This record gives sequence, structure tokens and C-alpha cells, in this order.
Amino acid sequence: MARIGVFVCWCGVNIAGTVDVERVAEEAEEKISNVVYATDYKYMCSDPGQQIIVEAIKDHRLTGVVVASCSPRMHEVTFQKACLTGGLNPYCMEMANIREQDSWVHKDREEATAKALELIRMKVAKVSKLEPLFPIRVPVTKRALVIGGGVAGIQAALDIADANQEVVLVEKEPSIGGHMAQLDETFPTLDCSQCILTPKMVQVAQHERIKLYSYAEVESVSGYVGNFVVRISKNPRGVDTEKCTGCGVCVERCPVKKIPSEFNAGIGSRSAIYIPFPQAVPNWPVIDQEYCTYYKKKKCGLCQKECAAGAVIFDTEPEFIEEAVGTIVVATGYDPWEPVAYGEYGYGIYPDVVTSLQFERMTSASGPTSGVLKRPSDGEVPREVAFIQCVGSRDNVKGYPYCSRICCMYTAKHAIIARHKAGAQSYVFYIDVRAGGKGYEEFIRRAQEEDGARYIRGKVSRVYQDGKKLIVRGEDTLLGRPVELRVDMVVLASAVKAKSDAGKLARKLNIAYDQYEFYTEAHPKLRPVDTNCAGIFLAGTCQAPKDIPDTVSQASAAASKALAILSAQELTREPLISVVDPLKCNACFSCREVCTFNAIEEETLRSGKKVSKVNPGLCLGCGACVSACRNGALSLKGFTDDQIYAEVNAI
Amino acid sequence: MGEDFKPTIIGFVCNWCTYAGADLAGTSRLEYPANIRLIRLPCSGRIDPLFIFRAFLQGADGVLVSGCHPGDCHYTTGNYYAKRRLAIIKRLLEYIGLEPGRLRLEWISASEGQRFADVCKEFTARIKELGPQRRLRQRTAGE
Amino acid sequence: MIRFGYYPGCSLESSAVEFDLSLRKVAPLLGIELVELPDWNCCGASAAHSINHLLSLALPARNLAIAEGENLLELMPPCSACYSNLAKANYELLGSPGVLRQINQLIEMNYQGRVRVLSILELLNSIGIEKIVSVVKNNLDGKKVACYYGCLMLRPPKVTGRLDFEQPRGMDEVVRALGGEPVSWGFKTECCGAGFSMSKTEVVLKLCHDILNNARANGAELIALACPMCMSNLDMRQNAILKRYGVKESLPILYITELMGLALGFPPEELGLNRHYIPVTTI
Repeated sequence: MARIGVFVCWCGVNIAGTVDVERVAEEAEEKISNVVYATDYKYMCSDPGQQIIVEAIKDHRLTGVVVASCSPRMHEVTFQKACLTGGLNPYCMEMANIREQDSWVHKDREEATAKALELIRMKVAKVSKLEPLFPIRVPVTKRALVIGGGVAGIQAALDIADANQEVVLVEKEPSIGGHMAQLDETFPTLDCSQCILTPKMVQVAQHERIKLYSYAEVESVSGYVGNFVVRISKNPRGVDTEKCTGCGVCVERCPVKKIPSEFNAGIGSRSAIYIPFPQAVPNWPVIDQEYCTYYKKKKCGLCQKECAAGAVIFDTEPEFIEEAVGTIVVATGYDPWEPVAYGEYGYGIYPDVVTSLQFERMTSASGPTSGVLKRPSDGEVPREVAFIQCVGSRDNVKGYPYCSRICCMYTAKHAIIARHKAGAQSYVFYIDVRAGGKGYEEFIRRAQEEDGARYIRGKVSRVYQDGKKLIVRGEDTLLGRPVELRVDMVVLASAVKAKSDAGKLARKLNIAYDQYEFYTEAHPKLRPVDTNCAGIFLAGTCQAPKDIPDTVSQASAAASKALAILSAQELTREPLISVVDPLKCNACFSCREVCTFNAIEEETLRSGKKVSKVNPGLCLGCGACVSACRNGALSLKGFTDDQIYAEVNAI
Repeated sequence: MGEDFKPTIIGFVCNWCTYAGADLAGTSRLEYPANIRLIRLPCSGRIDPLFIFRAFLQGADGVLVSGCHPGDCHYTTGNYYAKRRLAIIKRLLEYIGLEPGRLRLEWISASEGQRFADVCKEFTARIKELGPQRRLRQRTAGE
Repeated sequence: MIRFGYYPGCSLESSAVEFDLSLRKVAPLLGIELVELPDWNCCGASAAHSINHLLSLALPARNLAIAEGENLLELMPPCSACYSNLAKANYELLGSPGVLRQINQLIEMNYQGRVRVLSILELLNSIGIEKIVSVVKNNLDGKKVACYYGCLMLRPPKVTGRLDFEQPRGMDEVVRALGGEPVSWGFKTECCGAGFSMSKTEVVLKLCHDILNNARANGAELIALACPMCMSNLDMRQNAILKRYGVKESLPILYITELMGLALGFPPEELGLNRHYIPVTTI
């Protein structure tokens, strides 16, 4: 027989001003069955108030407690602790919300009092059915996986490793560094991107607690928070990394040299065996099987002959590795959008119409022109450069409706660099200049005032070649008239888009993504680095377009979230999760269909019968499976059918 | 229908949006009729159709189901299940002769305290118009 | 022979007779049977849509309904303006059953939306480049041609379904098939001034001058096009343009079908080449 205690709070006058709390307590004890004790107190949440509960539990041998006071969102934990102190399981307590949902919203004293009593009656009925629950404990594998070795992944990996935890870093490209390694100078300080990034890259390579897999991809992920198993495929490099000394002779000798260089955004070229860029980490070459003569025709093999270390091996099979990790940071970054949908800008037709990333490579000291700004068509130094912003951003028709966030700033930077490095006059076509960031607005002003960039508010309708010049036709919407400029080069600020295989990885990880395939955070404001999957966190542009400072901040945030998991001996989780009664389950797996968290697994009983089983590590306790189960085999602890019916029946 | 008819309305609401929205209505001291009693669930996806029938059998005059706005579900998809289930329940209730207006689905977020209060006002007024629900109410001992 | 519904429109019976002549000449050689729509009416031209939206749908709809009745489910109006009006009306009628019902009541016919409207470019491209190559007799011998698509043949993309509406290639491929050399230039889809020909001739002169200029600058020896409006602005007004801007060299303008006719071996007179203001018979 349930023995319930009811504790009615006055909350000063907040409740007592509208609800006759004394009468409520009296009537609760008299009229509601299972109530063996009821009392009221001025502030239940105060220490003496809690003490009343603690003592009542002992004195009246209570099996359940109902606190009639404020919202459980306010003080549920407070009263759960009080119950625990009194020797009662904290999950045998419920709160009747007679403040936010009664005394504060109703004026009539009689009605509010009656409603308070009813709310208590419902809760008493539910508490009579509650069972003691105990937090779930999950062991933790003390190792983190970081996917992606751009600046976000590098920062997250270093932060975790520096906090004495092991990290596995997986990078798809032959070298870590990501897009930041491609940049020349960075806004708003104009410090050299590679100069600040490469030391961090080296730190990653040399860190004793970071295991780096470059030219490798995540093949599959299983398990749950604290206990993930990750299968990694290492692509065949063609080079034995144990033997390679990184001397680069193979690269020099390779006869296939006209391959567009990915690192240089297609502006320069590379050989078939190549090191992506001089400061690459790791610094081993990789053979591009698509272009290598040996892979295509079984001929050549020059690199192998020239390699003194005997490191060229021409392997073809990927190698698979399994790593157990406790938590995952996803930092896969973005792809620059190819502005081919803008036929009117002539990208891909006129050689001097380039994307911003290409421009970045042209001005970079490590680029194909060694940092001298030359236009691609004839190698001349451009005197006048037009920049077009929002190419693919803020465009519902041809591109994406979102703002790519970094283009205003890097375009201003490009305008400044064009002036510094080539003495060129810049024209910037913009919709709005978005410069919200520390020192950002000042930076835009600097481009305009010190480096003479002319900002024209309006869109460009056409770019075409006229002799050696490019004619840029557009509209100045501030002056309300058409503009026509004769320039030497046009730079398109093309949109930031999600990685082309972002959706594929998301499905492996079972994390959510939006319609553009950017990964979705658990809450846009309060949980910006969590995903909907416990133990997996987001860093950088895989979540949304952002600049380097924001990326690095988010990476450190993700690292600290990951560390919170790794620093625990075991994880405790709320026990309010679903369970399956295998006797009732007929293995239709409707529950698996509705579970967003992949928490439903298949289990074979000793009798050979297949049933579904809830993985307590993955279940978040939403209860969708419970209401989907036709047999009533599933129940959600703390919200079982019985408990809810008890509440309904009490009306 | 006498003015003294005091309908009983049961609200099945999710913890993350609507329950918090109701709390906000309280914090903002937005007055609404005292006829509604909320049953807090983790998610609108937890709502079993039978809960709604049980509420009507117990004599509820109206049932409100409310969760997060589409796309905002704390558990990503629970509110979509709720929406689909409710669409069918509505038809079933109609079929057995219950006025469709007695069951109401609303998306109310944690920031929509005003909306919660407005919905309660409107819904209570609507239920008052419809009068006591007798179709499914089980006879109690006194009757 | 592949049957296509043929909607000449008013231009091809008046200012653009040579478009009609040349098209009817080359079509059979390409295996195209053009079946002229019986009792066709005005497409609405440039006037209807600025006065009454329903009228601008009803006029093309009647033609579409006739085509459907004749089982001419692929309808080709060579004139770009006709194509645009018919295609746009079809798009709107197919998109809204309500509008379709309303228009059917107006025209007292029962159009069901089964007709597909093709531009002349789509027709030529659907025949295939190999087919065109196979019937060429007098190779154009590397003649440099600027292909001018104008504004209406490819736009708006949601109606025309074309992704290449800013940098089209279709006509360039046809020219190459004829043995000509399409030049790369920047004014393929620029506006010629179109309906301003009479009201604001100054504007048309400027726009057409820019087009001619860019074609010439990129080495074009002639311009190929497929729109009677563009033709009249670039051909009929060309002498005025040359005079106004002090340019000596004129640039011959041909319908793509005329160019095909020449390459397929027809004598210029049969194609109506003598009807141009800027002489083209020398090509």
C-alpha cells in the first residue's frame, strides 16, 4: 500500500495569496486516498522546508512524495535530493505545479484552490504507481575521435590531448591543415595564415597522445556514448610511410606534371606522386592512382626506381583499422561552391574570372605565383579588380538562401591585399556589408579609406570579355543607375557549402543535418556544439559557415564537452528510458522505425525468439517507441502507461 | 447551457516546449480560465491515442495536445508522430460521434506564454459552447 | 520523319518570311515533318500580357488546345516571342488546375495540358548533331559565327527548364555541325531592345550597337539568330546604327535556318536571303 506525503508550499504570498494552502493540505490528507500525511509551509524549498520532507519520510514511512509548489523545471532536483536525504528513492517524488500553472494565472481564490487540489490528486495517483529508479552507469573508453584535420579538428585534438586524454584524428586528405592552410593572410589582423597554423599542425604530428590517420576516412561507427567503435579505412598511399624520408625526389622525377592542384584551387598544377604543399603534415607523398602511369598502364615506375629508401610500393588495397573511443568530435569543414550556375559571370569561360579561394592562392607566397598577383590569362599584374560578393549566398534561385558569413570580410581583405601586393584599384559589389565581429567593421573601413576600395551596393548582371579587359556590368542601387567597369580581373566570393559527403557521414554517425547538409546542433542557443546523439560534438564549418575565430572557439568548446565525458570514470544517465518486455514483444520493430536515436536493437533470446531491446546508452527517453508499440511491450520509466492512466483517472 | 458549466480540460503536453510555455504564462502572470490540467510528458510523441480516449471516458470535456513546433522537437521527430496519430484519432472520434472541436492540437513553444494563455482561453470558450461531453463519459456511481 | 506541330505566328508570314521559307526547306532534309496548326491565332505577342493576364493565357491556350486536338503533342513556334508566350501559358496552365478550368471555359475548348512547347533550338538539338552533319553539302568552311540567342528563347529558366540560360551552347553546336566556327562572345543572351524599336529607337540603337560591336570584336563574320524581333532590330536598324556610331563594317545577320539552308545546299534566293537589309547573299 502506497503511503504518500503531500507538501504544500506557500511560496510566500505567491501561492498562498491565491490558493488557500492550509485548506488544500487539510483536504489532501482527508480526501485523497493513499495520502497519509499532508502539511503546508511558507517556503518548501528552504532548508527548514526540505527538513520537513526529510523528517516526514522517516516519521510516516512514506513511499512517495508530492510537493505542491512551483514548476518542476524550477526545483525538481532540490526536492529529489531532499527525498534522497530522507531515505526515499528520488524518482518516487513528483511536483504539482500550483504556482506557474495555478496561482499565477488564476485570480479566483475558490477556483485556484480547487484546481490545486485536483493537480495534487493527479500527482498522488501517479506517485502511487512510481517505482524506485537508479541512474544508469555506463563505462567510458578514454579516447576521443576527431574527424577532420582542419583548424577546427586540430584545435579540438590539441585541447583534448593537452588535457591528458588520447585522441585519434582522422583526415581525408593526405595532409592536415584544411582550408586555413590555403589562405594567405587572415582578417582582420592580416597575419599570415600558414605562419599561425603550421606550428599547430606540427604539434599535432608530434603529440604523444594524438594518433593521426591522414588520407583516411571513417567507414562506420557503432556503439554509443562512452563506447563507440569506429572503423577507419586508410586509403592506399602508394608509399610506405615507415620508410619514406620525405626527401621529395619522387615528386621531382614524376613525369605526369599537369594535374590541377587541389591545394592551389586548380590554379597551379602538381605531379601524380605529390606532397599537397611544402608544409604538409605528414610530409609523405601520396600517389594519385587516377593519373599515375604505373597504376594505369603498369609502366613508368620512375618514382620507385629513384627512391633511395625503397618506400614506393604501389599498393592498392585500403587498410582497415578499428578504434574504440568514448566520444567523437566532428570537424569536417566545408566545400567552396563552384559558381557554375552564374553563367552571366563567365566563370570557367574567361580565365580572369576566378573564385576567392583561387585569388587567395594567387596572392599566397606558397602559391603557384609565389605571392605575386598575376592574372591567369597572360600573367600581367592586374591594375583594376572587381569583387562580386554573395555569389551563391543569399540567393534562393541559383545558390543558397543563407549568408556565408565570411565573404564580406575576406573580400575586404582581398581588396587590401590587391592594393598592397599589386597596387590595384578594387571595386566591391555587395548587397550588405556584414561585419559583426571584433575589429571587423574597422577592417572594412580600412579597406575603403586607407586602401581605396570602392564599394558599390548592387548586383552584377553580366561579365564579358572585351579585348584584354573584362567588362563588369551592374547596378549601383544607391545612386539608382547602371554601372559599367573595365577591369583586369573579377573575383567571385562564392558561397560556403556543406561538404559534398556531409550527409553520408551524418548517416554513419546518426546525427541530424539540415536541408543544406550542415550538421544540426542539439539546441541553437544553449547546446550549440552538441548533436542529437549523445557523445558526439560539432566543431567548425560542418555545422554552419563561420570564420576562423568562431571555428576555433567552437572547437575548444567541443573539446571541453568531449573532455567532460572522458574525465568521468563512468557516465551516469537519467534512468527515464524505455525498456522492452521480451514476453510481450512480437518483433515487429515498429519501435525501431520511430526511434531517431538508433537506440532499438535486435536481441535473440535463448529460446531463439527475436525481440527488440533498448540500448540504455543511446535512449534519450522520448517515448515515441512506447506509443508505437502495438503489444504494449515497451514502457518508458517514469512515464509508464500505468502512471499516466493513474493521472488521467484522477480527474 | 448554463453559465455555471465548468468544463474539464486535459492537456497532454511535452516537457520541453509547451509545459515550459505554460510556465512562462505563469511567470508573465497571464490570466486564463482555471479549467485546464496539464499532464507532463517527455514528448508529444509519447502520447498514446488511448490516453485521449481515457481522458474523454473519464469525463474530460476537451483535450489539448501540444508540443514543440515542427522542426523544433527536442527529440527531432516526436511531434511529427504526434501529428500523424492525432489526424487519425480525430477522424475516429468524429466517427463515433464526438464533436471534432473537443480535441485540439497546437504547437506552443517555450517562448510562447502568451500563446498558451490565448489557446487556453479560446479552447475553454469553445468547449463551453459545445457543452458537457456526454458521448464517451462513463457513468459514475452517482448518476 | 518526325512530326512536329508548327505554329508560324504572325512574324513568319510578314517581316520574317525568310525564316519560314528557310525552315520549310531544311526541315524535310532533317527528317522533320512540320504540320502547320489549322486556324491558329495570335499568341498575344507583346501586348496581351501587359493588358489582361487572362487574355495572355487564353490566346496561347487556344493554340495549345488545337494542337492537342490534332494530336500534335510537340509544338514548335520558331519565333522566340511566340515560343515564350506559348511555353509560359502552358507552364501556368499545367501548374494550376483552377486556371486551366477557367481558361477552358473562356476558350470553350477542353485543353488537357498534354502539349509540350519546343523552341527551335530544342527542336534542332533533339534531331541530333550527327543528323545535321550527315546532310551538310556546302560546309561553312570555318566561317566565324556569333550565335545570338536573345532574351526569350531560354528564359525564364523555370519555364524553359534550361540550366544554361546565361551561357547557352545549343546553337553553337549546330553551327559547328554546319562546319562553321562559333565564336566565344559575351552578348549571347543580351537584350536587343525588342519592343522599344518604335518608341525608343535610341535605346535600341545603343543596345544593338553593343551586340554588333562585341560580336565583331570577337572575330565574328556574321550573326546567327532565331528571333524575328532580334532580326529586325539588328538587320533593319543596322545602317542607322553604323551611321550613328560611325562604324564602317556591316555585319550580316542570318536566321539559323537560313545558315542551315546554305550549308544544306539551297540557293540563297530560295531561302529568302535577298530579303535582308544588310546583304547576306555573298556568304
